[in-house]
Amino acid sequence: MSTNVRGSSAAVKLIGLEKSFGSVKALDGLTIEIGPGELVALLGPSGCGKTTALRALAGLQNLDHGQIFVDEKDVTFLAPNRRNMGMVFQAYSLFPHMSALANVEYGLTLKAHKTSSDKRSARGKELLDLVGLSTHAKHYPHQLSGGQQQRVALARALAISPQVLLLDEPLSALDAKVRTQLRDEIRRIQLEVGTTTLFVTHDQEEALGIADRVGVMRGGILEQIAVPAELYDRPASAFVAEFVGLTNPIRGNVSAGFIEILGLRVPTLPGSISSGTGIALVRPESLKVEATTEANGKVFSASFLGASCRLTIDLSAGGRVVAQVPSSDAASLGAGASVKVAFRSTPVFVKAEQ
Amino acid sequence: MSVQNQSLGIKTWRRAIILFVAIYLLLPIAAMLDFSTKSLSGKRGLSSWRAIFQQPDLIAAVGVSLELAAIVVALVFFLVVPTVVWVHLKLPKLRRPIELICLLPLAIPGIVLVVGVASIYRWISIHVTESPLMLAAVYSMLVLPYTYRSLSAALNSVDIHTLAEASRTLGASTYRMLFGVVFPTIRSGVMSGAVIAIALVLGEYTISSILNFSTMQVEINLIGQTDGFVAVAISLASLIFVFLLLVVIPTTVNHRNEVLEAEHS
Repeated sequence: MSTNVRGSSAAVKLIGLEKSFGSVKALDGLTIEIGPGELVALLGPSGCGKTTALRALAGLQNLDHGQIFVDEKDVTFLAPNRRNMGMVFQAYSLFPHMSALANVEYGLTLKAHKTSSDKRSARGKELLDLVGLSTHAKHYPHQLSGGQQQRVALARALAISPQVLLLDEPLSALDAKVRTQLRDEIRRIQLEVGTTTLFVTHDQEEALGIADRVGVMRGGILEQIAVPAELYDRPASAFVAEFVGLTNPIRGNVSAGFIEILGLRVPTLPGSISSGTGIALVRPESLKVEATTEANGKVFSASFLGASCRLTIDLSAGGRVVAQVPSSDAASLGAGASVKVAFRSTPVFVKAEQ
Repeated sequence: MSVQNQSLGIKTWRRAIILFVAIYLLLPIAAMLDFSTKSLSGKRGLSSWRAIFQQPDLIAAVGVSLELAAIVVALVFFLVVPTVVWVHLKLPKLRRPIELICLLPLAIPGIVLVVGVASIYRWISIHVTESPLMLAAVYSMLVLPYTYRSLSAALNSVDIHTLAEASRTLGASTYRMLFGVVFPTIRSGVMSGAVIAIALVLGEYTISSILNFSTMQVEINLIGQTDGFVAVAISLASLIFVFLLLVVIPTTVNHRNEVLEAEHS
């Protein structure tokens, strides 16, 4: 691929952002640092403030308090058209009266990024090529599919060589197959271009799949920000553990940094409760399932997922857990099978009993 | 087979309905044409049509009506369009009240409106000017419901908010955002609003007649009272004239834009 698609990459700092809409606090002291060239995803349920944070960074949302720095420059009060940030919206953001190429070139026709017309059209074509739509240059938005429109929107955002790329749930309006495809493509292009990127989504698979780091937000604050594997394996709060991936709540006694569940002493993660009865949030793939005579449970149902198999098991001690095991191990574990459920000794997060 | 029969049946029905509507609309026009080419002596000829151009009052009145239409369209462009766009983009809370105000002229009968504005017009004609062009003020109120509707429909058919924000983040000033993105996007709505305004102004009779201003429709009515043949010829001529105007304006505007786009690419 050509090397001149490579853009600038800036460090971004959001410090103590606060914003209220009436009595609702959308941002409640949000602080995030994004390294140059990094792709950070903000993940959270709707209303957690992730979109407000992104819009504040774009300059489309005024803040009550807080500061925003891009490469050490305070941009908190800069108008959106002076921030040099490319943004991709949820959907329908292409200018309907312009062709795909004209859309991509649009930013370069403006004073902020003024470019001569030869360079402009060369750049436009280069970016359409980058998103795989060079044959659709003359198509109008209504002649493009949803996925193609989002590709053009991405090319348009990148055409101005932004310091920061902002993606506001760009895949949420697409169907599942296109979504995965475009998700991977966004990552490829982001790595190729090297632009610092903030990606807002409510889809954890999207966030975990392409981000360098994922920030989980709730109620206007950042619950945890970490690389995807750490977020999944070492959640810092019950909310993160339950929001990212599946968990089985299993009750047990906690003491001295351990919890007793399924007859095993399992280490607890920092942030867990330190004594009393607690509920361990156990990942389905942390459970071991064996067909044996010393059974402590019975398979209620089994669903085949391809490489792995998801078993719903009724424990003889009461309660129901979901385990995910490799399909090769699950051949004999159909519904009704008596099984022993054990635990791979990975640390778990333990929350207080309600 | 049955599907084919069915679609054939639908096609026949469709044609029948279109034919019926065409006859319904064209028959009176054909009758007008027939009548206007007759004279009292029963002979066929174009004397009534020639008489149109021998009516200086009428020609002047047509000029006044055209000027009025132009002024009203200008008012729509410079007042209504920016207001509606601004309310949509920046003051969503005002959308309902503005819509209500814009729809009021529909609810108020023309005659009531005239009674209301008559005293103002009396004052204006005494103290300011007697020019019939002052009618543009009341006409621009009259066309509000239609222009507002077509603009609002155009704005609602696209996500104008996102388009505006997209252009802002790409570096557009407010001016470039409005003229480069928002107005071109709602061009069809602006055009249809203007076309309806023109049609309304050229066809308006009640208000101008009661306020004693000589516009096209008032003149046509006046002539109709003295010479029926000429009046019908004028009516038909004005029908054709307005029709051509409404066809020509949008196509030339579209054509110009296509040329601009072709030059751009």
